[in-house]
Amino acid sequence: MIRVVLPAALRTLAGTGREVQVEVEGEATQRSILDAIERQYPQLRGTLRDPATMARRPMLRFFACEEDYTDAPPDDPLPAPVAAGTEPFLIVTAIAGG
Amino acid sequence: MGSVRVLVGTRKGGFILTSNEKREKWDVTGPLFTGWEIYHLKGSPADPDRLYASQSRGWFGQVLQRSDDGGATWNVMNNEFKYAGDVHTHKWYDNSDHPYEFARVWHLEPSAKNPDQVYAGVEDAALFVTDDGGQSWEELDGLRHHPSAVGWAPGAGGLCLHTILLDPTDGGRIVTAISSAGVFKSDDSGKTWRPANKGLVSNFMPDPDAEVGHCVHHVAMHPSRPDTLFMQKHWDVMRSDDGAETWQEVSGDLPSDFGFVIDVHTHEPETIYVVPIKSDQDHYVPDGKLRVYRSRTGGNEWEALTNGLPQENCYVNVLRDAMAVDRLDDCGIYFGTTGGQVYVSPDAGDTWRPIVHDLPSVLSVEVQTLS
Repeated sequence: MIRVVLPAALRTLAGTGREVQVEVEGEATQRSILDAIERQYPQLRGTLRDPATMARRPMLRFFACEEDYTDAPPDDPLPAPVAAGTEPFLIVTAIAGG
Repeated sequence: MGSVRVLVGTRKGGFILTSNEKREKWDVTGPLFTGWEIYHLKGSPADPDRLYASQSRGWFGQVLQRSDDGGATWNVMNNEFKYAGDVHTHKWYDNSDHPYEFARVWHLEPSAKNPDQVYAGVEDAALFVTDDGGQSWEELDGLRHHPSAVGWAPGAGGLCLHTILLDPTDGGRIVTAISSAGVFKSDDSGKTWRPANKGLVSNFMPDPDAEVGHCVHHVAMHPSRPDTLFMQKHWDVMRSDDGAETWQEVSGDLPSDFGFVIDVHTHEPETIYVVPIKSDQDHYVPDGKLRVYRSRTGGNEWEALTNGLPQENCYVNVLRDAMAVDRLDDCGIYFGTTGGQVYVSPDAGDTWRPIVHDLPSVLSVEVQTLS
């Protein structure tokens, strides 16, 4: 299982805690994780990616193992600790406020 | 014994305010969808337990919520509003071409007869409809494919379709308003559209009485007289008595004819309400006084309603969807401010009292009259 940390506004929308676990199809990639989140939590469809273009929402970023994977190709494999579930995949929002 | 349920959308969530027909004591529920902008909450006239909410946030896009139990619980519906056919451009603020991009739902208008049918006015301006309670949305793209649409330009709030009037006597007529394109009318359930702005004059345009381009802020209609429409434009209060074919100015003796809201008394179709705002530069009430103006003559002659409203040091705005009327025998009037107050008048505007003082900035107010 892949561990995913959701931003606060999406936790309330999905009715979850800070971290969720999802099962991906195939390799653990940015795309396969987002697909798995949307499958498991359909109420989040459209909030992470534009439903028409499937482009990442521009004010979201993706971190893992202290690296920024936001602009990495969506089908590139993520680090082994993410795939193994020992490290989470973090979905982080741009800072709001001052 | 009737009761009322007031649905309030704010910049940081939704609120539900309930009371009995006296409208003195209120229960406040919320915030719903905390932290999200709730542009509009509206109930189905056909099933008052069916509510729809437009929830959005710049980070996460549009979420469409539905309740089947009067707001106690909510479910996310389909959030995909996909433009149909050619997605062309409109004009940007500097007159350059800018592609149509869906941003959010500004206004939800449930059908009078079918709780599963809802119209949605969106930014960038387009009209969508669902016939399955929000599980799927289809654009009525005849509007956005009108030849004038490539020339529509946004107002300060964006290129938004914010007003949807469904004719209660003729299922085929729909009147919409877009900032800043103007009024558009369909007589065939939204398949084809034509501009309906004859008589409007807007001095910010090169041709002030052009067919399209007017910044219409809101349009209201009394259900018993669907051919009579009242409009608050960017500047000017207008009325039409021929179903939006022609418009006449009825600003009369208002202290300012700039404003956003306009509404009609439930039992008196010639009694209308506006909240004048100082100017298009200063979006707050004139002279630091919060005054609703009422005309019992369908415009031109106006009286200030101030009893219970702050009359000094008040600098709030009242946005276009933030006024509503109930259907109780003593017609109640409601409005919300950008300062977070929601006021009620249980006597058609003679006296006012705040229901709540300190909500986030109010975007919309609707009221359901429950038996």
